[in-house]
Amino acid sequence: MADASTPFRIKGATGDWEVVIGLEVHAQVTSNAKLFSGAATTFGAEPNTQVSLVDAAMPGMLPVPNRECIRQAVRTGMAIDAQINKWSRFDRKNYFYADLPQGYQISQLYHPLVGEGAIEIEVGDDTKTIGVERIHVEQDAGKLMHDQHPTRSYVDLNRSGVALMEIVSRPDMRSPAEAGAYLTKLRSILRYVGSCDGNMDQGSMRADVNVSVRKPGEEFGTRTETKNVNSIRFVMQAIEHEAARQVDVLEAGGTIVQETRLFNPDSGTTRSMRSKEDAHDYRYFPDPDLLPLELDEAFLDECRASLPELPDVKRARYEGLGITPYNAQVLTAEVESARWFDALLDAGAKPAAAANWVTSELFGALNRLGKSIGESPVTPGQAAELLALVADGTLSGSLAKQVFEAMLETGDAPGKIVEERGLKQTSDTGAIEAVIAEVLAKNPGQLEQYRGGKVALFGFFVGQTMKAMGGKANPAVVNDLLKKALG
Amino acid sequence: MSVDTATVRRIAGLARIAITDDEAARLAPELGNILDWIEQLGEVDTAGVEPMTAVIPNHLRLRDDVVTDGGVRDKVLANAPQAEHGFFTVPKVIE
Amino acid sequence: MTALTDLGIAAIRNGVRDGDFSAREVAEAFNAAVAAAKPLNAFLVETPDHALAAADAADQARAAGETLRPMAGVPIGMKDLFCTKGVPTTAASHILEGFTPEYESTVSQNLWNAGAGMLGKLNLDQFAMGSSNETSYFGNVISPWRRNDGGNAPLAPGGSSGGSSSAVAARIAPGATGTDTGGSIRQPAAFVGISGIKPTYGRCSRWGTIAFASSLDQAGPMARDVRDCAIMLEAMAGFDAKDATSLDLPVPNWEGQLNASLAGKRVGIPKEYRVDGMPAEIEALWQQGIAWLKDAGAEIVDVSLPHTRYALPAYYIIAPAEASSNLARYDGVRYGLRDLPDGANLQEMYARTRAKGFGDEVKRRILIGTYVLSAGFYDAYYTQAQKVRTLIARDFERAWEVCDVLLTPTAPSAAFALGEKSADPLAMYLNDVFTVPSSLAGLPAMSVPGGVDASGLPLGLQVIGKPLDEQGVLNAALAIEERAGFTARPAKWW
Ligand SMILES: [Mg+2]
Ligand SMILES: [Zn+2]
Repeated sequence: MADASTPFRIKGATGDWEVVIGLEVHAQVTSNAKLFSGAATTFGAEPNTQVSLVDAAMPGMLPVPNRECIRQAVRTGMAIDAQINKWSRFDRKNYFYADLPQGYQISQLYHPLVGEGAIEIEVGDDTKTIGVERIHVEQDAGKLMHDQHPTRSYVDLNRSGVALMEIVSRPDMRSPAEAGAYLTKLRSILRYVGSCDGNMDQGSMRADVNVSVRKPGEEFGTRTETKNVNSIRFVMQAIEHEAARQVDVLEAGGTIVQETRLFNPDSGTTRSMRSKEDAHDYRYFPDPDLLPLELDEAFLDECRASLPELPDVKRARYEGLGITPYNAQVLTAEVESARWFDALLDAGAKPAAAANWVTSELFGALNRLGKSIGESPVTPGQAAELLALVADGTLSGSLAKQVFEAMLETGDAPGKIVEERGLKQTSDTGAIEAVIAEVLAKNPGQLEQYRGGKVALFGFFVGQTMKAMGGKANPAVVNDLLKKALG
Repeated sequence: MSVDTATVRRIAGLARIAITDDEAARLAPELGNILDWIEQLGEVDTAGVEPMTAVIPNHLRLRDDVVTDGGVRDKVLANAPQAEHGFFTVPKVIE
Repeated sequence: MTALTDLGIAAIRNGVRDGDFSAREVAEAFNAAVAAAKPLNAFLVETPDHALAAADAADQARAAGETLRPMAGVPIGMKDLFCTKGVPTTAASHILEGFTPEYESTVSQNLWNAGAGMLGKLNLDQFAMGSSNETSYFGNVISPWRRNDGGNAPLAPGGSSGGSSSAVAARIAPGATGTDTGGSIRQPAAFVGISGIKPTYGRCSRWGTIAFASSLDQAGPMARDVRDCAIMLEAMAGFDAKDATSLDLPVPNWEGQLNASLAGKRVGIPKEYRVDGMPAEIEALWQQGIAWLKDAGAEIVDVSLPHTRYALPAYYIIAPAEASSNLARYDGVRYGLRDLPDGANLQEMYARTRAKGFGDEVKRRILIGTYVLSAGFYDAYYTQAQKVRTLIARDFERAWEVCDVLLTPTAPSAAFALGEKSADPLAMYLNDVFTVPSSLAGLPAMSVPGGVDASGLPLGLQVIGKPLDEQGVLNAALAIEERAGFTARPAKWW
């Protein structure tokens, strides 16, 4: 365990309690077709229109696995340095529910595709490694709608059979913040890899939250599992509430029942599901419709070769380029930002200055416009050109801001804007000297004060000169000439 | 292995098959007999033997990630005992 | 001239091709025979129009001078386990009553592509679970055979492909599809004096065939003789990308390579198939079979398959376990029966629907299967059974080191009377004692008629072959067929 400087504790009447958290994340694999059928996976289609006869479990229908879903799960495993099992197989998890047409979910219990791996997280100044026990591939269930009819639930099988990765962590997290950091990092990795779009509001990523509490140093307590929590904030809330609830129960002399619970996002609380626990005898056994899944080296090589540079490595590389740790962290958190920034570097921008500009100017502008970096009106090539104009003295900082605003508005290249609007910075000493002479002539009072010793008025003269030149004067030249003129 | 009626009820519950008391009483010895008989498998020394995974040497073929199916809602719903507004329906479920 | 309904598949194919008669005449003759054979209860649905349409297509193709397809003009019966588009398909269960598939099984489609037509859907043991065709929701199938004791006791046609065996033996279909999970093609074929082959697991696609036990289910033909089986199997078999266990191999020309000479071939006789209480007539027929194969040029070798006696108990773990899961989809939501009393909730609807929809034997197997997979029992039962299955397959592999095919009886008795064993599930299960081991090992195996017992009922011999060696099986069966000269047929009483 990392030596957390201030460990998270719940203050109970009987003393401090530690919370132990494990997460099972269901991440929808990015694929065109479902895991075992040729039906589409697009979000938001009309009910039951993305359903094949296989997904509806018609008599005699059989599953055939989608290579891309296997590939994405393997790449995800590689991205967290996990063991990839060249021999795995699919098992059936048997239970009856209206969203499960086959009466079983095809999943992997005994021989998952991906074994032990790890994810590094940061909370405050501490870094900590969270173990990943396994990643297995399985089918998603359909959807029930309860509010369309007074006595009936409606069944939509569009999601039925969509590929999921179940990413099971070790019970290594000790605070809501660590769980939040883990999910944030996991989501970032999935999006870098391209194996899951991470859209939590569309259900592409959901977490089952296992929580128990104990007195520090004691054995693990009994855990509860809060199902299908669909935002990082809700996961943190659910842990917060569930841990406090367990402490209350234990301190009142009660015991924790191992059970499945539901999170209510409106109240931020969890409640027990009505389901009968005796029904949880899933009778797992190998799916006899499918043979073992055997992966060859060529397949694994391709998976490995197609992995992008991952966030931790990229961040270290950025720091090596002289980018501040803070900027490196901000730039690598989201894959789109990192890709955009890489393109900016590829276009020749100087790393440190580019990082400052992106994290302040570009992110600020996008924020104001309500746009994602993918929707940025300015391309990395244009931005590199802008930064080059600043670097070679063509544009001052304030001119650069003006040009950038114009770029955001028009989408034009900075060179064109500078040309058209005459925004080029001037270092023409003759012109600047003429303006300085004018400024001094117009402000005899200030001139007298300055010469009388009020040197702070230097800035006033700079400002007046710049203003008179429409901001286009090279500030360094203005400084030099003013000093000379003021004597 | 003698099977009692409580076990029969539990198994029938797992299998979602409603049974009456009479049926449970009839099934208990019947299933007990069959289970007694299959238990002779316990005699076989299977130490070091792998469970069968494929009867004929063959390996799992994978499908390309292309949409080849779906868009057949009428076919999917054609045999439904009750379908409404493009959905299957079931008695209301309270989660 | 012989009646058209006395002709088998090859004779019909050749006759249509040569213009001896039209395909339409054949279809009409069989349609009439089917319609007149209601007392057998072999057909659940009659589809005379389907047979006529295929016949007309064959006749038109011939008139146009086209090369006829391999089964052009041959009408067949389709076991009602194969989903047929637009034609009700029930697996002989109440729970699927009223189900009309929107799709065609690969095996039936292959047959239609080969030019065959459909006389109708054949009765069977419910969900193919049974060995006597007494578990159908739609009533027993009656064997066309009667004992020669004058007692007229209705006899079992075997199962689960009892409608198929009864129809072919009664000459109301020249051939029929069967499915075999633990002997469901071979045992009924033996009971009624016809031939039937279960190919290597994976030869015939399982897509669109209602599943019983996925790791065991194989389709195959049931027909008058070995040649007819070869023709029909060629039409049924073939790679199917929709079945992940389908074998990606070309279909051999089995008919073209039929050869009854067994010179250079070694036939193994497994001593463990000599079981307690086996009737002397069966032992005698087995010895006769050995003599015939010797006569055909084969060398006879004794072999041992030491785990044979564990095959049946292993099967009765594996098959029910798979079935308990495969049949979970029959829940009253998407098709078939729904029993939803007022006020019942979802789980009650499932339990009521399944209680009402499944027959006793199906329930029994679902319960056994659920039990052996349930928490705490999985390893002791299911895993152990799959290990024993490995040992059984190994026994066969060892045997193949010294022989090319195995010869055994098909069943431990001749056909029994309906009702005789239905009260005792275990006694019924023992019927499959000779057919189950090769099913567990996925091997091709065939039953061919060898003779009749003292009461005039047919007895079958089983040939088991190496993986993918259907040819070896067919050839040995052909050698028996040529020497057995089996011509007995049931007298028409229906
Ligand atoms: Mg879970
Ligand atoms: Zn899961």
